[in-house]
Amino acid sequence: MLSRTASDLYWLSRFIERAENTARMLDVAWNLSMMSFVTNPRDEMMAPLMITGTNELFMSRHDQVRVRDVLHFFTLDEDNPGSIFNCLRLARENGHAVRGKITGEMWESINSTWLELRELRRGGLDQFGVSAFFEWVKNRSHLFRGATYGTIMRNDAFRFLRIGTFIERADNTARILDVKYQIGAADGGETLDFYRWHALLTSVGAYESYRELYSEAINADRVAELLILGAEVPRSLRSCMKMLCEMLPAIEGEAGQTAKRLAAVQFARLQYGDLEHILEIGLHDYLTDFLRRVNELADTIREEYLEVV
Amino acid sequence: MLSIAPPVMSGFDEMFAREGAVRPHYSSYHGWLLGQSNSLLLRKRQEAELLFHRVGITFNVYGEESGAERLIPFDVVPRIIPEQEWRHLEQGTAQRVRALNRFLDDIYHGQDIIRAGRIPADQIYGNAHYQPCMQDVDLPNQVYSHVSGVDLIRDGKGTWYVLEDNLRTPSGVSYMIENRRVMMRLFPELFAGQSVAPVEHYPSLLLDTLQHSSAVAYPTVVLLTPGRFNSAYFEHAFLAQQMGIELVEGADLFVKDAFVYMRTTAGPQRVDVIYRRIDDDFLDPLAFNPESMLGVPGLLSVYRQGNVVLANAIGSGVGDDKSIYPYVPEMIRFYLGEEPILENVPTRLCRRPEDLEYVLEHLPELVVKEVHGAGGYGMLVGPAASREEIESFRQRLRARPDNYIAQPTLSLSTCPIFVEQGIAPRHIDLRPFVLSDGRDTRMVPGGLTRVAMNAGSLVVNSSQGGGTKDTWVVEAPSC
Repeated sequence: MLSRTASDLYWLSRFIERAENTARMLDVAWNLSMMSFVTNPRDEMMAPLMITGTNELFMSRHDQVRVRDVLHFFTLDEDNPGSIFNCLRLARENGHAVRGKITGEMWESINSTWLELRELRRGGLDQFGVSAFFEWVKNRSHLFRGATYGTIMRNDAFRFLRIGTFIERADNTARILDVKYQIGAADGGETLDFYRWHALLTSVGAYESYRELYSEAINADRVAELLILGAEVPRSLRSCMKMLCEMLPAIEGEAGQTAKRLAAVQFARLQYGDLEHILEIGLHDYLTDFLRRVNELADTIREEYLEVV
Repeated sequence: MLSIAPPVMSGFDEMFAREGAVRPHYSSYHGWLLGQSNSLLLRKRQEAELLFHRVGITFNVYGEESGAERLIPFDVVPRIIPEQEWRHLEQGTAQRVRALNRFLDDIYHGQDIIRAGRIPADQIYGNAHYQPCMQDVDLPNQVYSHVSGVDLIRDGKGTWYVLEDNLRTPSGVSYMIENRRVMMRLFPELFAGQSVAPVEHYPSLLLDTLQHSSAVAYPTVVLLTPGRFNSAYFEHAFLAQQMGIELVEGADLFVKDAFVYMRTTAGPQRVDVIYRRIDDDFLDPLAFNPESMLGVPGLLSVYRQGNVVLANAIGSGVGDDKSIYPYVPEMIRFYLGEEPILENVPTRLCRRPEDLEYVLEHLPELVVKEVHGAGGYGMLVGPAASREEIESFRQRLRARPDNYIAQPTLSLSTCPIFVEQGIAPRHIDLRPFVLSDGRDTRMVPGGLTRVAMNAGSLVVNSSQGGGTKDTWVVEAPSC
């Protein structure tokens, strides 16, 4: 496969995954900010800014954190490179460039997503409904994933699409967990704490998994264990690394030795890791180290497979 | 009820004969049309637009905001050609392309036609598309133009003429195919009712042509595009996908040890045939335009050594130039020893003093074109131009007469299209595509019919707001 094509496919799925995760993260923050016991809704809306590292960009344009502004910033704001609007625009651009490498149904799903988003943007978030919008983004991502799974050949195009998805997801899950853990550590309040962890689990679609796997009440350590080490949870760090370890060696040719090794090492650390060890290191430090490793892996994939120069 | 406006009686209409009678090959369709309503056709047209948008059949317009995408207007009324008439067109266009390929091989080798005095030497050497670097380069099968588009029109009497040849990177074939797919989705009952010759196998014929253009046994074929901001990008992506070949940009290719390779996730892979949709000037920054970011440095050198095939060949443009066009009938006689099956539009070359004089005197009734122009840019349509436009064009003509040719304003034939008020006639042309690989020429029955969407307009170019419709070659009903 052409390196440039692989790169476009990889970024196509990264941007769609990023749009979905942004919607999930925001949905939760927004719901929490409306809870009666939340004394300062702005704290909840700060979380997405911290997770994505965009608080500086945001504060350069707004004097304070208002719920409405944060929602706009992450959804339809053309000037925020990480907004859902821009993620879906870039996904569509990447898709356009590899129009011939994806199936007609995949392209139709991306393209109609973009056309609907442009239409929807005219009416604005208020008219469409905030919750409805997040649902829509998630559904469009599900639809694309379904179209991909259901129609594309299991070749390198499929693999680079999956690699993009799991690099992005590993990064996003680690960030969501890191920030929530820090907020959780800052102040107590049992009810608020429950809702925060409940919200986090919901945001990554893992609430039902938690209930099924643990009988005990929701607590920070168990949530961390689930989202880092959970073998059965599709958004856990371990699951992401497992998929990368399946996809990378399946790519045709002998390229990418370093990428394969980095992924294998990281997967082994998660596969044979345990929570006590992680807590010994400290969750924040552990996740910071994990993010650095994911970044290194992403850079290596770029150098070994995707770089055209 | 559907209102059907009568055709303009001074011209030739594809559906209606002079007395308003329906032509036999349209009788079946016309019968069906009478049973339709405005609202149904409107709904079908909207459905078609949705389908085109869905599959991303858009094109970029030069000069508009970068990346702006538009749909080419699509009309739901098919243009129908009786099979027998098509055979005549097929033979005529194929004959023409055979002669043009012989001509290109000749001028880049022995130049018999110049020595025989049939074409003045300065018409070749002074031509902007003549490439001295191609002199004495032997190409596989002596084929220069693998993919040719021949634009055909009919005048007021219904006589077919060749308006121009396109031997560089003719586009539009994807619309021919997608128009058919959309029509079959919208009106399956019409296809069940009569036998319309299929066109959707064009990509497999094209791939076969490209593979046979190389001496390599199992050649790797790629399609080279300028990229997604090119006006015909959709077509490039579409054809690459339909042929199952890589769609590459210049940066994906590189030259090493006298061969061309593409960069892949599994390392470099050799490329044997490049179906290029980039103009000569941008192909190789080392040989042509040094500013080009679209090409592949060193490509020309590999090409001249015979280690890669370019389709179409570098320097093919000298054959489709408007200043060479008047000589094509002569080429057919010279190389093939045959009489031209299709006529040229009578053309005056402004480089000839007597022709220039005539043209300057008759500007309001002529169509004047730049010899190297394309896409309907830089031309004067006398009858439709204002006095100021004519005068300013007169200045340009006087300054550079050799840059222009002039033709009578032919009233292109009309074909009914669907408009807000119902069915009304609009002017059309036809571009069939001819494939050549040295064995024979091959075509799919039909081609791209372009439509001037505004009443009375003669400009069919998509860059100037023209539209398209499906083209049916049908067996004439036995009667």
